[in-house]
Amino acid sequence: MERYDDEIIVCRCEEITAGEIRQAIREGARDVTGVKRRVRAGMGLCQGRTCEKLVQQILCSELGLRPNQVGASSPRPPVRPIAFGELADGEVV
Amino acid sequence: MLEREIVVVGAGPAGLSAAIEAAGAGARVLCIDLNMRPGGQLFKQIHKFFGSSAHRSGTRGIDIGRMMLDEAEDKGVELWLGSTVIGLFPGNKVGVRHGQDGTAGAFVTVHAQKIIVAAGASENVVRFDGWTTPGVMGAGAAQTMVNVNHVKPGRRVVMLGSGNVGLIVSYQLMQAGCEVAALVEAAPKIGGYAVHAAKIARAGVPIYTSHTIKRVVPDESGRVCRVVIVGLDDAFQEIPGTEREIEADTVAIGAGLKPTTELLALLKCDFTFHPVWGRVPLHNRDMETSQEGVYIAGDTTGVEEANTALEEGRIAGISAAAALGYLSEDEAKARKDEIWARLAALRMGPFGEKREQAKQDILSAFDESRGGLAAV
Repeated sequence: MERYDDEIIVCRCEEITAGEIRQAIREGARDVTGVKRRVRAGMGLCQGRTCEKLVQQILCSELGLRPNQVGASSPRPPVRPIAFGELADGEVV
Repeated sequence: MLEREIVVVGAGPAGLSAAIEAAGAGARVLCIDLNMRPGGQLFKQIHKFFGSSAHRSGTRGIDIGRMMLDEAEDKGVELWLGSTVIGLFPGNKVGVRHGQDGTAGAFVTVHAQKIIVAAGASENVVRFDGWTTPGVMGAGAAQTMVNVNHVKPGRRVVMLGSGNVGLIVSYQLMQAGCEVAALVEAAPKIGGYAVHAAKIARAGVPIYTSHTIKRVVPDESGRVCRVVIVGLDDAFQEIPGTEREIEADTVAIGAGLKPTTELLALLKCDFTFHPVWGRVPLHNRDMETSQEGVYIAGDTTGVEEANTALEEGRIAGISAAAALGYLSEDEAKARKDEIWARLAALRMGPFGEKREQAKQDILSAFDESRGGLAAV
């Protein structure tokens, strides 16, 4: 079933559309992490800081869930971009 | 590895006041901010603050920021600017990209006995056809452009969202010489203070309540040139046939803010979902999270405003300093009680009550997660 907004970008870092996220939900995604694993939404430079809420909204409206039922991104370091060179020159944590 | 007694993440109102309190008590404090200048949102607030004289009402945010920077310097707070905390790791290790000139950086690890996270919040976006078009930006970003960098984001702006951010930024865009072509609000009435809304209305800005942006149309260069808005019914569904086209080259989105909490999630701090603030870390009346020695303050705990951020920062700073032995328990308690009373005063009235209730809910949820009543 196509929607008028299926072509609209949701995750701008990875260029993932609303239609691709709906497809991921049809394939079984039930939370933010499920969508991320299937289509990479939230896996880019900003680590989902921008699109997390949009993904949550689509999950809620497609599945009839409340915002507290669709999970959140699981951050990993680095939480902000850092160049490989800068990291390589540093000390081991 | 570098050693510091207290590392504060973020040099906005909450982080700076935490650093000032802790350093004032005698602790060795390092405060880190990813921007090239400290002060956070304070340096964008060219308007005068509301509230009581204890909260510097009538003073412009930018002047409060300057006073705080002087105070931080007096108290010997070490400040790393253009530096980014890229992770917090077990054992209170802080991974920092230490900026030198804003471009080159070096990765360093700092061991901190106490960590205070005052990382602020990020702007929410709204999904409409064309929201990634150049010329569409957060209202806060537009405010940074005019008030900090003195650059106009465009010629004619459509503002989406009529909360205080949307209202104040609309007015400041006009002061900077931009035209505000429309103020668009999905709810049936204006969200922010009437005093701000009246300024916008007096300036003749068309206000469209029960409307949203349906589409942004780019020109040949790819930049915003027209904005299509549409009327909404009581269930926030678009009403066909109510579309209206507005000529504009900029869209500013003032759709609220989301607490910046990644660093606390890395440390596996306990979170809760609150209807007012969304997903936020739990904390107690010391502003300490479920991880011992890790404190939070300001918008990171749930988005409010500069004065509450300042006060929460003070509590976090006092608590961390007391935990290190720089303040007696009695003295720390007396000062924190005073601040909590001021916070309660700030959270009164039609706009404040919801936040007071939310804060009480968070504190109770923390106590419950600890399996009993926490000591106050």
